[in-house]
Amino acid sequence: MLFGRVRGTAVSTIKYPDLKGLKLLVVEPLNKHLDPTGPLQVAVDVVQAGPGDLCVMVRSREAALAMRENTFVPVDLALVGVVDELTVHPDDEFDLTLKKGSVRYT
Amino acid sequence: MILGKVTGTVVTTISHPHYKNRRLLVVQPLMLPGQEPEGDFLALDNTHAGVGDTVLVNREGNAARQVLNNPDACVISVIVGIVDSLNIPELE
Repeated sequence: MLFGRVRGTAVSTIKYPDLKGLKLLVVEPLNKHLDPTGPLQVAVDVVQAGPGDLCVMVRSREAALAMRENTFVPVDLALVGVVDELTVHPDDEFDLTLKKGSVRYT
Repeated sequence: MILGKVTGTVVTTISHPHYKNRRLLVVQPLMLPGQEPEGDFLALDNTHAGVGDTVLVNREGNAARQVLNNPDACVISVIVGIVDSLNIPELE
């Protein structure tokens, strides 16, 4: 699961029949620092997000499972949450490297 | 499963029903010395992990559905354990 920022909407008239009625949004995938990690993509919205909203997205088969009714649809990216509050600690606050030998974490 | 560090928390008021009642956390995968850091991701918490905890994360939908006890859950990454200690005798 990953962050995404809604950048716009997409409209498609000729499409696979099961995609009818689904709301398509143009989104920009982001990392935890909210920096873009790739090109714009199209996601199906099930949480009524709007332009500029920071969202939680889910990929692959699970994106289709997020649909309200028919979950057997050709969808590979879905918006499943609108972020209200995000707290991210800087990486240098944690030791992210694995070490040789025995290490206790708790 | 991968090893990661919880580095942040996410609050979503409007979210898919399958995401309710559990916290969404930001996870940064651990890396070997000298390795490039991997991309971070979001995971649903099933273990009451907190920021700074080293965790065991499942990044596969079927495993997540089993953990959440819901055969239709639209969740991929789920935190399934908090790591107490690691013992790696050899490391390149």
